[in-house]
Amino acid sequence: MYKFLNTVLIGITSGAIYSLMALALVLVWRSTRVVNFAQAGQALLSTYIGYEVIQNFHSFWLALAIAMVAGAAVAALIDAIFMRTLFKRAAEGPIAGVAPIIATLGLLGLIRALLGLVVGGKEASIRPPVSNIGFTISGHTLAFSPLKLLIVASVLFLMLVLSLIFQHTNVGLALRASAYAPEIARLAGVKVDGIRTLGWALAGAAGAAAGMLQTPDGNGALSPDSLEFSLLLVFGFIAAVIGGLESLVGAVLGGLLLGLVLAFVLIYISGSLVFITAFVLLIIVLLVKPGGLIGSRRGRRA
Amino acid sequence: MTLVVTDLTVDHGAIRAINNISFRVEEGQLAAVIGANGAGKTTLLRTLSGLTHATGGSASWHGTELLYSKPEKLVRRGVSHVSEGKSVIPELTVKENLHLGALWRKNSDEAHATQEMILDTFPRLRDRLDQQADILSGGERQMLAIGRALMSKPSLLLLDEPSLGLAPLLVAQIFQSIRALTSQMGLTVVLVEQNAMSALKIADMGIVLNRGRIAASDSSVHLIANPQVRAAYLGY
Ligand SMILES: Nc1ncnc2c1ncn2[C@@H]1O[C@H](COP(=O)(O)OP(=O)(O)OP(=O)(O)O)[C@@H](O)[C@H]1O
Ligand SMILES: [Mg+2]
Repeated sequence: MYKFLNTVLIGITSGAIYSLMALALVLVWRSTRVVNFAQAGQALLSTYIGYEVIQNFHSFWLALAIAMVAGAAVAALIDAIFMRTLFKRAAEGPIAGVAPIIATLGLLGLIRALLGLVVGGKEASIRPPVSNIGFTISGHTLAFSPLKLLIVASVLFLMLVLSLIFQHTNVGLALRASAYAPEIARLAGVKVDGIRTLGWALAGAAGAAAGMLQTPDGNGALSPDSLEFSLLLVFGFIAAVIGGLESLVGAVLGGLLLGLVLAFVLIYISGSLVFITAFVLLIIVLLVKPGGLIGSRRGRRA
Repeated sequence: MTLVVTDLTVDHGAIRAINNISFRVEEGQLAAVIGANGAGKTTLLRTLSGLTHATGGSASWHGTELLYSKPEKLVRRGVSHVSEGKSVIPELTVKENLHLGALWRKNSDEAHATQEMILDTFPRLRDRLDQQADILSGGERQMLAIGRALMSKPSLLLLDEPSLGLAPLLVAQIFQSIRALTSQMGLTVVLVEQNAMSALKIADMGIVLNRGRIAASDSSVHLIANPQVRAAYLGY
């Protein structure tokens, strides 16, 4: 009974972080039709910035806020300076489809290499802002701590805010129109280039939050070649695909579903099967329901 | 306010789609542009709204140079374009599609008044305001596309084949609505059409394009009476 409950709780927490990464990927996909592999690098860079803030000001919350702002700024710069130029240069032919993807892979490598140069082998870690010791009910310690509660709540909050922006504001309407039909959006007067950059910025902030929340939930360690951040990208991507790539709600549900499945495999079967399960799940979704399990018509809009 | 196009030339790579054409459309007039497939009609409209770049010449509306400018700028100067095919975004609701056209307008009361006028003309849209545009029929989509363009409060309306894929009865109805709405709003209209006769009937003047050149340009009454135009474009 407790084993089952704990598995669910572990799944929800790790799933919530995959959801945040998935949100970031979906935001960029929705605003520019690019699968942004650099997102992991951007998240890592933002988390390092957050780490520096903690070292200087000793506040996790301030660090989270600054990391998100920095993440947004970095993403906006990448889009405005790099991606926009790329789209103009490689606008036609077979290269137009591949160039952006290769470019984001290149950026991922570049960011990590630069971070390696700057921070080198210096050890860095982020301690949890609140206790990571599980709650206890009638003598049993649950795999759910104040920190995990905080993570889940933050993710739900961010999803809510982003959904509200997208569905109920003028900026959100411009973002959706630019993603679905840039030409019609321009004819309607939307300054599509700027709006796309804004989409990248929102994604950058979400990715930064994923990095800042994930790090203290793991062993806290940060490094330029962090395996945790690579996994975050892979699992976030799988979650986004499960959610249908288009929908913010889908991304969150996809992340939670992936988190739960992986937790059950980890605890009930074997840790060595976790990876395989994630990829098998990805392939099954792509083959059986390429539009995503959760990519329903209504879900697509939200 | 006059639309003045002078020596306009537009190339698509090696293909010359518009070849040195000049014409004027006076304020408040509805000009029909007719011609066979590939004559350059769509290219002409896309150039006037800033979507396609011209190779040479000039075009001005109300003192605004139209060539070498961006559509998002031109729409703020009163140029609204309903592009070929159903120019709506199926993933958005009907209301959102309309609202999109007025996003940049500061005065939302004014935009709301425009919306009411559009919904009075196309009552079928009113019943479907909160539904996704992909459930609309072809005719309703065309109404929505026109509605979206009008929401931008244009003074010059560019319409590319609003009759595309519509049943004949509906074509007549849409054309009547276009005429009524644009007269009411005092708009100048350039209407590109395959459906030459229906277009000329509601137009003040007509321009016949043939392989990127102007084959004839006259009042619509004269064009309909012109035996060569009748034989080549009106089919009798
Ligand atoms: N993007 C493009 N690239 C290359 N050639 C083009 C492009 N768009 C149009 N053309 C060519 O330019 C010429 C004019 O095309 P345009 O679409 O303006 O014709 P149209 O009069 O609108 O035809 P239709 O009645 O079929 O819509 C055609 O020869 C067409 O093949
Ligand atoms: Mg055409």
